[in-house]
Amino acid sequence: MIRADKIKKSFGSAEVLKGISVELEQGKNNLIIGRSGAGKTVFLKILVGLFMPTVGDVWYGDTNICQLNKKELKAIRREVGMLFQGNALFDSMTVEENVRFPLDMFSNMTRGEKQKRVDLCLEQVTLKGSNKKYPGEISGGMQKRVGIARAIVLNPKYLFCDEPNSGLDPKTSITIDELISDITKENNITTVINTHDMNSVMEIGDKIVFLHLGELAWIGSKDEVLESDNELLQDFIFASPFLQKLRNAALNR
Amino acid sequence: MNLNIFYHFGRFLLLVKQSLTRPENFRMYWNETMRQMNDIGIGSLVIVGLISLFIGAVTAVQFSYQLGDSFVPMYYIGYIVRDSTIIELAPTITCLVLAGKVGSNMAAEIGGMRQKEHIDAMEIMGVNTASYLFLPRLIAALFTIPLLVSLAAFIGVGGGYLASVPTGILSDADFVLGVRSFFEPYNVFIMYVKAFVFAFLLTSVSCYQGYFVKGGSIELGQASTNAVVFSDILILFFDFLIALLLT
Repeated sequence: MIRADKIKKSFGSAEVLKGISVELEQGKNNLIIGRSGAGKTVFLKILVGLFMPTVGDVWYGDTNICQLNKKELKAIRREVGMLFQGNALFDSMTVEENVRFPLDMFSNMTRGEKQKRVDLCLEQVTLKGSNKKYPGEISGGMQKRVGIARAIVLNPKYLFCDEPNSGLDPKTSITIDELISDITKENNITTVINTHDMNSVMEIGDKIVFLHLGELAWIGSKDEVLESDNELLQDFIFASPFLQKLRNAALNR
Repeated sequence: MNLNIFYHFGRFLLLVKQSLTRPENFRMYWNETMRQMNDIGIGSLVIVGLISLFIGAVTAVQFSYQLGDSFVPMYYIGYIVRDSTIIELAPTITCLVLAGKVGSNMAAEIGGMRQKEHIDAMEIMGVNTASYLFLPRLIAALFTIPLLVSLAAFIGVGGGYLASVPTGILSDADFVLGVRSFFEPYNVFIMYVKAFVFAFLLTSVSCYQGYFVKGGSIELGQASTNAVVFSDILILFFDFLIALLLT
Protein backbone atom coordinates (compact mmCIF):
# COMPACT_ATOMS: atom_id res chain seq x y z
CA MET A 1 0.00 0.00 0.00
CA ILE A 2 1.20 3.52 -0.80
CA ARG A 3 -0.26 6.54 0.98
CA ALA A 4 0.23 10.12 -0.18
CA ASP A 5 -0.45 12.58 2.58
CA LYS A 6 -1.29 16.23 1.77
CA ILE A 7 1.19 16.43 -1.10
CA LYS A 8 2.03 19.89 -2.35
CA LYS A 9 4.66 20.65 -4.95
CA SER A 10 5.79 23.99 -6.27
CA PHE A 11 8.30 24.91 -8.96
CA GLY A 12 9.27 28.50 -8.27
CA SER A 13 6.03 30.41 -7.87
CA ALA A 14 3.95 27.81 -9.73
CA GLU A 15 2.08 25.42 -7.43
CA VAL A 16 1.62 22.23 -9.41
CA LEU A 17 0.09 20.02 -6.71
CA LYS A 18 -2.20 21.55 -4.09
CA GLY A 19 -2.48 19.11 -1.21
CA ILE A 20 -3.30 15.65 -2.55
CA SER A 21 -4.07 12.83 -0.11
CA VAL A 22 -4.77 9.38 -1.45
CA GLU A 23 -4.29 5.71 -0.62
CA LEU A 24 -3.15 3.41 -3.41
CA GLU A 25 -4.04 -0.18 -2.68
CA GLN A 26 -2.07 -3.40 -2.83
CA GLY A 27 -3.09 -5.98 -5.43
CA LYS A 28 -4.99 -3.37 -7.41
CA ASN A 29 -4.43 -1.25 -10.52
CA ASN A 30 -4.43 2.31 -9.22
CA LEU A 31 -4.88 4.70 -12.13
CA ILE A 32 -3.99 8.38 -12.03
CA ILE A 33 -5.88 10.25 -14.71
CA GLY A 34 -6.39 13.87 -15.62
CA ARG A 35 -5.96 16.38 -18.40
CA SER A 36 -2.53 17.49 -19.59
CA GLY A 37 -1.08 19.86 -17.00
CA ALA A 38 -3.14 18.37 -14.17
CA GLY A 39 0.04 17.33 -12.34
CA LYS A 40 -0.11 13.57 -12.97
CA THR A 41 3.53 13.11 -13.94
CA VAL A 42 4.79 15.27 -11.07
CA PHE A 43 2.58 13.31 -8.67
CA LEU A 44 3.87 9.99 -10.05
CA LYS A 45 7.49 11.19 -9.75
CA ILE A 46 6.83 12.19 -6.14
CA LEU A 47 5.29 8.79 -5.42
CA VAL A 48 8.28 7.02 -6.91
CA GLY A 49 10.75 9.27 -5.06
CA LEU A 50 12.27 11.06 -8.05
CA PHE A 51 10.90 14.41 -6.76
CA MET A 52 10.50 15.40 -3.13
CA PRO A 53 7.22 17.14 -2.25
CA THR A 54 7.35 20.74 -1.05
CA VAL A 55 4.88 19.76 1.67
CA GLY A 56 3.52 16.34 2.66
CA ASP A 57 4.67 12.75 2.95
CA VAL A 58 4.64 9.56 0.93
CA TRP A 59 4.32 6.30 2.85
CA TYR A 60 5.30 2.89 1.49
CA GLY A 61 3.60 0.70 4.09
CA ASP A 62 4.96 2.05 7.38
CA THR A 63 7.94 3.85 5.82
CA ASN A 64 7.84 7.54 5.06
CA ILE A 65 10.11 7.82 2.03
CA CYS A 66 10.34 11.60 2.38
CA GLN A 67 12.23 11.17 5.65
CA LEU A 68 14.75 8.65 4.35
CA ASN A 69 18.40 9.40 3.73
CA LYS A 70 19.93 8.58 0.34
CA LYS A 71 21.11 5.13 1.43
CA GLU A 72 17.72 4.15 2.84
CA LEU A 73 15.96 5.51 -0.23
CA LYS A 74 18.27 3.46 -2.45
CA ALA A 75 17.39 0.34 -0.46
CA ILE A 76 13.64 0.92 -0.80
CA ARG A 77 13.98 1.63 -4.50
CA ARG A 78 15.00 -1.99 -5.01
CA GLU A 79 11.37 -2.79 -4.17
CA VAL A 80 10.18 -0.50 -6.97
CA GLY A 81 9.83 -1.21 -10.67
CA MET A 82 8.96 1.41 -13.21
CA LEU A 83 7.84 1.41 -16.81
CA PHE A 84 8.63 4.72 -18.47
CA GLN A 85 6.60 6.49 -21.12
CA GLY A 86 9.52 6.28 -23.55
CA ASN A 87 10.51 2.83 -22.19
CA ALA A 88 14.02 4.06 -21.22
CA LEU A 89 15.64 0.92 -22.60
CA PHE A 90 19.40 1.07 -22.97
CA ASP A 91 20.03 1.19 -26.72
CA SER A 92 23.47 -0.37 -26.55
CA MET A 93 22.17 -3.46 -24.75
CA THR A 94 20.14 -6.37 -26.10
CA VAL A 95 16.66 -7.16 -24.77
CA GLU A 96 18.16 -9.79 -22.50
CA GLU A 97 20.88 -7.45 -21.18
CA ASN A 98 18.31 -4.74 -20.52
CA VAL A 99 16.18 -7.08 -18.44
CA ARG A 100 19.25 -8.52 -16.69
CA PHE A 101 20.68 -5.08 -15.81
CA PRO A 102 19.00 -4.79 -12.35
CA LEU A 103 20.02 -8.37 -11.55
CA ASP A 104 23.62 -7.72 -12.59
CA MET A 105 23.68 -4.61 -10.45
CA PHE A 106 22.01 -5.83 -7.30
CA SER A 107 21.61 -9.59 -7.05
CA ASN A 108 24.06 -12.23 -5.92
CA MET A 109 22.60 -14.79 -8.30
CA THR A 110 24.81 -17.00 -10.42
CA ARG A 111 24.90 -16.44 -14.16
CA GLY A 112 22.58 -19.44 -14.68
CA GLU A 113 20.07 -18.23 -12.09
CA LYS A 114 20.01 -14.79 -13.68
CA GLN A 115 19.42 -16.30 -17.11
CA LYS A 116 16.54 -18.37 -15.72
CA ARG A 117 14.95 -15.30 -14.14
CA VAL A 118 15.37 -13.23 -17.32
CA ASP A 119 13.84 -16.01 -19.43
CA LEU A 120 10.94 -16.29 -16.99
CA CYS A 121 10.24 -12.56 -17.10
CA LEU A 122 10.46 -12.46 -20.89
CA GLU A 123 8.11 -15.44 -21.06
CA GLN A 124 5.71 -13.64 -18.74
CA VAL A 125 5.55 -10.72 -21.16
CA THR A 126 5.37 -13.14 -24.14
CA LEU A 127 8.72 -12.08 -25.55
CA LYS A 128 10.59 -15.35 -25.52
CA GLY A 129 12.91 -15.61 -28.52
CA SER A 130 13.72 -11.91 -28.74
CA ASN A 131 16.56 -12.10 -26.21
CA LYS A 132 19.35 -11.14 -28.57
CA LYS A 133 17.59 -8.30 -30.38
CA TYR A 134 18.35 -4.65 -29.68
CA PRO A 135 15.60 -2.19 -28.70
CA GLY A 136 15.92 -0.50 -32.10
CA GLU A 137 15.09 -3.80 -33.82
CA ILE A 138 11.73 -4.42 -32.13
CA SER A 139 8.32 -2.72 -32.29
CA GLY A 140 6.98 -0.13 -29.82
CA GLY A 141 4.69 -2.70 -28.21
CA MET A 142 7.57 -5.16 -27.78
CA GLN A 143 9.70 -2.38 -26.26
CA LYS A 144 6.93 -1.74 -23.73
CA ARG A 145 6.95 -5.41 -22.83
CA VAL A 146 10.73 -5.38 -22.40
CA GLY A 147 10.26 -2.36 -20.12
CA ILE A 148 7.72 -4.31 -18.09
CA ALA A 149 10.01 -7.35 -17.91
CA ARG A 150 12.84 -5.14 -16.63
CA ALA A 151 10.52 -3.49 -14.11
CA ILE A 152 9.45 -6.83 -12.60
CA VAL A 153 12.73 -8.72 -12.75
CA LEU A 154 13.62 -7.91 -9.13
CA ASN A 155 10.15 -8.92 -7.89
CA PRO A 156 9.09 -5.40 -6.92
CA LYS A 157 6.41 -4.68 -4.32
CA TYR A 158 5.47 -1.49 -6.15
CA LEU A 159 5.09 -1.09 -9.91
CA PHE A 160 4.77 2.34 -11.52
CA CYS A 161 3.78 2.82 -15.15
CA ASP A 162 3.95 6.21 -16.83
CA GLU A 163 1.63 6.31 -19.85
CA PRO A 164 2.06 2.61 -20.73
CA ASN A 165 -0.22 2.92 -23.78
CA SER A 166 1.23 6.02 -25.37
CA GLY A 167 2.08 5.51 -29.02
CA LEU A 168 0.48 2.07 -29.20
CA ASP A 169 -2.42 0.88 -31.34
CA PRO A 170 -5.66 -0.03 -29.49
CA LYS A 171 -5.09 -3.78 -29.74
CA THR A 172 -1.55 -3.61 -28.39
CA SER A 173 -2.73 -1.20 -25.68
CA ILE A 174 -5.23 -3.79 -24.48
CA THR A 175 -2.50 -6.46 -24.42
CA ILE A 176 -0.23 -4.20 -22.35
CA ASP A 177 -3.09 -3.33 -19.95
CA GLU A 178 -3.93 -7.00 -19.48
CA LEU A 179 -0.30 -7.82 -18.91
CA ILE A 180 0.12 -5.16 -16.23
CA SER A 181 -3.15 -6.20 -14.61
CA ASP A 182 -2.18 -9.89 -14.59
CA ILE A 183 1.21 -9.10 -13.05
CA THR A 184 -0.48 -6.97 -10.37
CA LYS A 185 -2.94 -9.69 -9.38
CA GLU A 186 -0.52 -12.61 -9.63
CA ASN A 187 2.18 -10.95 -7.54
CA ASN A 188 -0.21 -8.99 -5.28
CA ILE A 189 1.77 -5.79 -5.82
CA THR A 190 0.73 -2.15 -5.65
CA THR A 191 0.54 -0.86 -9.21
CA VAL A 192 0.21 2.82 -10.02
CA ILE A 193 -0.54 3.73 -13.63
CA ASN A 194 -0.47 7.23 -15.01
CA THR A 195 -2.65 7.24 -18.13
CA HIS A 196 -4.74 9.19 -20.62
CA ASP A 197 -6.17 6.06 -22.14
CA MET A 198 -9.92 5.80 -21.52
CA ASN A 199 -9.95 2.16 -22.50
CA SER A 200 -7.47 1.44 -19.67
CA VAL A 201 -9.67 3.37 -17.26
CA MET A 202 -12.72 1.29 -18.08
CA GLU A 203 -10.90 -2.04 -18.35
CA ILE A 204 -8.40 -2.20 -15.51
CA GLY A 205 -9.22 0.78 -13.26
CA ASP A 206 -9.63 -0.90 -9.86
CA LYS A 207 -9.06 2.47 -8.29
CA ILE A 208 -9.12 5.72 -10.26
CA VAL A 209 -7.62 8.94 -8.98
CA PHE A 210 -8.72 11.92 -11.05
CA LEU A 211 -6.57 15.05 -10.79
CA HIS A 212 -7.65 18.46 -12.01
CA LEU A 213 -5.38 21.53 -11.93
CA GLY A 214 -3.22 19.99 -9.21
CA GLU A 215 -6.10 18.97 -6.97
CA LEU A 216 -7.77 15.67 -6.27
CA ALA A 217 -11.10 15.96 -8.08
CA TRP A 218 -12.51 12.43 -7.75
CA ILE A 219 -11.69 8.93 -6.51
CA GLY A 220 -13.55 5.76 -7.36
CA SER A 221 -13.51 2.54 -9.36
CA LYS A 222 -14.25 1.89 -13.05
CA ASP A 223 -17.75 0.75 -12.08
CA GLU A 224 -18.47 4.07 -10.40
CA VAL A 225 -17.34 6.23 -13.32
CA LEU A 226 -20.60 5.95 -15.26
CA GLU A 227 -22.77 6.86 -12.29
CA SER A 228 -20.57 9.68 -11.06
CA ASP A 229 -22.13 13.14 -11.14
CA ASN A 230 -18.71 14.83 -11.08
CA GLU A 231 -18.91 17.09 -14.13
CA LEU A 232 -15.14 17.48 -14.46
CA LEU A 233 -14.73 13.71 -14.57
CA GLN A 234 -17.58 13.25 -17.03
CA ASP A 235 -16.16 15.99 -19.28
CA PHE A 236 -12.76 14.36 -19.19
CA ILE A 237 -13.74 10.71 -19.64
CA PHE A 238 -16.48 11.27 -22.20
CA ALA A 239 -14.82 14.09 -24.06
CA SER A 240 -15.67 12.81 -27.54
CA PRO A 241 -19.22 12.79 -28.95
CA PHE A 242 -18.78 9.10 -29.74
CA LEU A 243 -18.09 8.21 -26.10
CA GLN A 244 -20.96 10.46 -24.96
CA LYS A 245 -23.33 8.46 -27.17
CA LEU A 246 -22.00 5.21 -25.73
CA ARG A 247 -22.47 6.49 -22.17
CA ASN A 248 -26.02 7.63 -22.87
CA ALA A 249 -26.83 4.29 -24.46
CA ALA A 250 -25.40 2.45 -21.45
CA LEU A 251 -27.33 4.60 -18.99
CA ASN A 252 -30.63 4.25 -20.93
CA ARG A 253 -30.34 0.49 -21.05
CA MET B 1 24.52 30.33 -20.84
CA ASN B 2 24.40 30.55 -17.07
CA LEU B 3 27.55 32.30 -15.91
CA ASN B 4 26.86 31.77 -12.22
CA ILE B 5 30.27 30.22 -11.68
CA PHE B 6 29.86 29.50 -7.98
CA TYR B 7 26.57 27.70 -8.55
CA HIS B 8 28.17 25.47 -11.19
CA PHE B 9 31.31 24.91 -9.15
CA GLY B 10 29.28 23.94 -6.08
CA ARG B 11 27.08 21.59 -8.08
CA PHE B 12 30.16 20.12 -9.74
CA LEU B 13 31.75 19.42 -6.32
CA LEU B 14 28.53 17.76 -5.14
CA LEU B 15 28.51 15.57 -8.26
CA VAL B 16 32.12 14.54 -7.63
CA LYS B 17 31.36 13.82 -3.96
CA GLN B 18 28.28 11.81 -4.87
CA SER B 19 30.25 9.81 -7.39
CA LEU B 20 33.07 8.88 -5.04
CA THR B 21 31.13 6.23 -3.14
CA ARG B 22 31.36 2.49 -2.90
CA PRO B 23 30.06 0.93 -6.15
CA GLU B 24 26.93 -1.20 -5.93
CA ASN B 25 28.58 -3.92 -7.96
CA PHE B 26 32.31 -3.95 -8.75
CA ARG B 27 31.93 -6.19 -11.79
CA MET B 28 29.50 -3.80 -13.49
CA TYR B 29 31.79 -0.85 -12.80
CA TRP B 30 34.77 -2.85 -14.05
CA ASN B 31 32.98 -3.75 -17.29
CA GLU B 32 31.96 -0.13 -17.82
CA THR B 33 35.53 1.04 -17.11
CA MET B 34 36.90 -1.41 -19.68
CA ARG B 35 34.35 -0.22 -22.25
CA GLN B 36 35.34 3.38 -21.61
CA MET B 37 39.06 2.55 -21.80
CA ASN B 38 38.45 1.01 -25.18
CA ASP B 39 36.43 4.02 -26.37
CA ILE B 40 38.89 6.61 -25.08
CA GLY B 41 42.15 4.76 -25.71
CA ILE B 42 41.76 2.58 -28.78
CA GLY B 43 39.15 4.94 -30.24
CA SER B 44 41.53 7.89 -30.14
CA LEU B 45 44.74 6.18 -31.32
CA VAL B 46 44.48 7.23 -34.96
CA ILE B 47 43.64 10.89 -34.38
CA VAL B 48 46.26 11.28 -31.62
CA GLY B 49 48.88 9.52 -33.77
CA LEU B 50 48.21 11.67 -36.81
CA ILE B 51 48.18 14.94 -34.93
CA SER B 52 51.37 14.12 -33.02
CA LEU B 53 53.14 13.06 -36.18
CA PHE B 54 52.38 16.31 -37.95
CA ILE B 55 53.04 18.52 -34.95
CA GLY B 56 56.49 16.92 -34.48
CA ALA B 57 57.15 17.35 -38.19
CA VAL B 58 56.02 20.99 -38.24
CA THR B 59 58.12 21.77 -35.13
CA ALA B 60 61.23 20.32 -36.81
CA VAL B 61 60.70 22.14 -40.10
CA GLN B 62 59.84 25.42 -38.36
CA PHE B 63 62.90 25.33 -36.13
CA SER B 64 65.23 24.40 -38.98
CA TYR B 65 63.93 27.55 -40.72
CA GLN B 66 64.49 29.64 -37.57
CA LEU B 67 67.98 28.26 -36.99
CA GLY B 68 68.96 28.47 -40.63
CA ASP B 69 71.25 31.50 -40.50
CA SER B 70 72.15 31.41 -36.82
CA PHE B 71 75.17 30.01 -35.02
CA VAL B 72 73.04 27.53 -33.08
CA PRO B 73 74.05 23.98 -34.07
CA MET B 74 71.46 22.21 -36.25
CA TYR B 75 71.40 19.15 -33.99
CA TYR B 76 69.45 21.38 -31.55
CA ILE B 77 66.41 20.64 -33.73
CA GLY B 78 66.24 17.15 -32.20
CA TYR B 79 66.58 18.58 -28.72
CA ILE B 80 63.89 21.25 -29.33
CA VAL B 81 61.47 18.78 -30.92
CA ARG B 82 61.94 16.38 -27.98
CA ASP B 83 61.48 18.93 -25.21
CA SER B 84 58.67 20.95 -26.79
CA THR B 85 56.85 17.70 -27.48
CA ILE B 86 57.32 16.33 -23.98
CA ILE B 87 56.64 19.51 -22.03
CA GLU B 88 53.91 21.10 -24.07
CA LEU B 89 52.74 19.65 -27.33
CA ALA B 90 52.05 16.04 -26.38
CA PRO B 91 50.00 16.67 -23.21
CA THR B 92 48.30 19.90 -24.21
CA ILE B 93 47.50 19.34 -27.87
CA THR B 94 46.51 15.72 -27.24
CA CYS B 95 44.14 16.73 -24.44
CA LEU B 96 42.67 19.62 -26.42
CA VAL B 97 41.95 17.16 -29.21
CA LEU B 98 40.56 14.61 -26.75
CA ALA B 99 38.30 17.28 -25.23
CA GLY B 100 36.80 17.64 -28.69
CA LYS B 101 36.57 13.95 -29.44
CA VAL B 102 36.05 12.20 -26.11
CA GLY B 103 34.60 15.09 -24.09
CA SER B 104 31.85 15.97 -26.52
CA ASN B 105 31.02 12.28 -26.86
CA MET B 106 30.72 11.85 -23.08
CA ALA B 107 28.50 14.92 -22.73
CA ALA B 108 26.27 13.82 -25.59
CA GLU B 109 26.06 10.22 -24.36
CA ILE B 110 25.19 11.11 -20.76
CA GLY B 111 22.94 13.98 -21.85
CA GLY B 112 21.10 11.63 -24.20
CA MET B 113 20.63 9.20 -21.33
CA ARG B 114 19.18 12.02 -19.22
CA GLN B 115 16.74 13.01 -21.97
CA LYS B 116 15.66 9.46 -22.72
CA GLU B 117 15.00 8.87 -18.99
CA HIS B 118 17.75 6.24 -18.76
CA ILE B 119 19.20 8.05 -15.76
CA ASP B 120 15.78 8.20 -14.06
CA ALA B 121 15.34 4.48 -14.76
CA MET B 122 18.67 3.70 -13.10
CA GLU B 123 17.87 5.99 -10.15
CA ILE B 124 14.62 4.12 -9.57
CA MET B 125 16.47 0.81 -9.67
CA GLY B 126 18.64 2.20 -6.86
CA VAL B 127 21.79 2.82 -8.92
CA ASN B 128 24.00 5.73 -7.86
CA THR B 129 23.96 7.26 -11.32
CA ALA B 130 26.51 9.97 -10.53
CA SER B 131 28.94 7.23 -9.61
CA TYR B 132 28.05 4.74 -12.35
CA LEU B 133 28.22 7.31 -15.13
CA PHE B 134 31.18 9.35 -13.88
CA LEU B 135 33.57 7.06 -12.02
CA PRO B 136 34.29 4.49 -14.79
CA ARG B 137 34.84 7.31 -17.28
CA LEU B 138 37.16 9.13 -14.92
CA ILE B 139 39.20 6.03 -14.06
CA ALA B 140 39.40 5.05 -17.74
CA ALA B 141 40.53 8.58 -18.68
CA LEU B 142 43.13 8.73 -15.90
CA PHE B 143 44.65 5.46 -17.15
CA THR B 144 44.42 5.86 -20.89
CA ILE B 145 45.05 9.56 -21.46
CA PRO B 146 48.56 9.53 -19.91
CA LEU B 147 49.28 6.49 -22.12
CA LEU B 148 48.01 8.36 -25.17
CA VAL B 149 50.15 11.34 -24.19
CA SER B 150 53.25 9.10 -23.88
CA LEU B 151 52.52 7.70 -27.30
CA ALA B 152 51.97 11.21 -28.67
CA ALA B 153 55.40 12.24 -27.34
CA PHE B 154 57.13 9.31 -29.07
CA ILE B 155 55.23 9.82 -32.32
CA GLY B 156 55.93 13.58 -32.17
CA VAL B 157 59.67 12.96 -31.98
CA GLY B 158 59.26 10.42 -34.79
CA GLY B 159 57.45 13.07 -36.83
CA GLY B 160 60.33 15.46 -36.26
CA TYR B 161 62.76 12.78 -37.44
CA LEU B 162 60.72 12.02 -40.57
CA ALA B 163 60.45 15.70 -41.46
CA SER B 164 64.11 16.52 -40.97
CA VAL B 165 66.26 13.46 -41.77
CA PRO B 166 64.81 12.09 -45.04
CA THR B 167 64.41 15.65 -46.35
CA GLY B 168 68.09 16.43 -45.72
CA ILE B 169 67.56 19.19 -43.15
CA LEU B 170 69.99 17.37 -40.88
CA SER B 171 71.63 13.98 -40.66
CA ASP B 172 70.37 10.98 -38.80
CA ALA B 173 73.32 11.20 -36.38
CA ASP B 174 72.66 14.90 -35.70
CA PHE B 175 68.98 14.33 -34.98
CA VAL B 176 69.74 11.44 -32.61
CA LEU B 177 72.44 13.52 -30.93
CA GLY B 178 69.94 16.34 -30.44
CA VAL B 179 67.28 14.00 -29.05
CA ARG B 180 69.82 12.58 -26.57
CA SER B 181 71.21 15.97 -25.48
CA PHE B 182 70.31 17.83 -22.27
CA PHE B 183 67.65 15.34 -21.28
CA GLU B 184 65.82 16.28 -18.05
CA PRO B 185 63.71 13.43 -16.62
CA TYR B 186 61.82 16.07 -14.65
CA ASN B 187 60.20 17.19 -17.93
CA VAL B 188 58.63 13.77 -18.26
CA PHE B 189 57.23 14.21 -14.76
CA ILE B 190 55.70 17.55 -15.84
CA MET B 191 54.21 15.84 -18.89
CA TYR B 192 52.49 13.23 -16.72
CA VAL B 193 51.25 15.82 -14.23
CA LYS B 194 49.68 17.69 -17.12
CA ALA B 195 48.24 14.50 -18.60
CA PHE B 196 46.56 13.50 -15.31
CA VAL B 197 45.23 16.99 -14.57
CA PHE B 198 43.91 17.49 -18.11
CA ALA B 199 42.34 14.01 -18.12
CA PHE B 200 40.49 14.82 -14.92
CA LEU B 201 39.38 18.20 -16.25
CA LEU B 202 38.07 17.07 -19.60
CA THR B 203 36.27 14.03 -18.16
CA SER B 204 34.66 15.76 -15.20
CA VAL B 205 33.61 18.87 -17.12
CA SER B 206 32.11 16.78 -19.92
CA CYS B 207 30.26 14.42 -17.56
CA TYR B 208 28.96 17.41 -15.59
CA GLN B 209 27.66 19.07 -18.75
CA GLY B 210 25.90 15.89 -19.87
CA TYR B 211 24.55 14.89 -16.45
CA PHE B 212 22.63 18.10 -15.85
CA VAL B 213 21.36 18.67 -19.37
CA LYS B 214 17.72 19.78 -19.63
CA GLY B 215 15.36 20.33 -22.53
CA GLY B 216 15.71 18.91 -26.02
CA SER B 217 18.20 18.44 -28.82
CA ILE B 218 19.27 22.11 -28.87
CA GLU B 219 20.25 21.96 -25.19
CA LEU B 220 22.02 18.65 -25.80
CA GLY B 221 24.03 20.26 -28.58
CA GLN B 222 24.84 23.19 -26.29
CA ALA B 223 25.95 20.84 -23.52
CA SER B 224 28.23 19.06 -25.95
CA THR B 225 29.69 22.35 -27.16
CA ASN B 226 30.06 23.66 -23.60
CA ALA B 227 31.89 20.46 -22.65
CA VAL B 228 34.52 21.14 -25.31
CA VAL B 229 34.76 24.90 -24.77
CA PHE B 230 35.01 24.79 -20.96
CA SER B 231 37.37 21.80 -21.04
CA ASP B 232 39.65 23.62 -23.49
CA ILE B 233 39.64 26.83 -21.45
CA LEU B 234 40.39 24.94 -18.23
CA ILE B 235 43.10 22.86 -19.89
CA LEU B 236 44.85 26.00 -21.15
CA PHE B 237 44.48 27.73 -17.78
CA PHE B 238 45.86 24.76 -15.86
CA ASP B 239 48.62 24.38 -18.45
CA PHE B 240 49.74 27.85 -17.53
CA LEU B 241 49.32 27.16 -13.81
CA ILE B 242 51.35 23.94 -13.95
CA ALA B 243 54.06 25.63 -15.99
CA LEU B 244 54.18 28.38 -13.39
CA LEU B 245 54.30 26.02 -10.43
CA LEU B 246 56.55 23.26 -11.75
CA THR B 247 59.17 25.12 -13.77
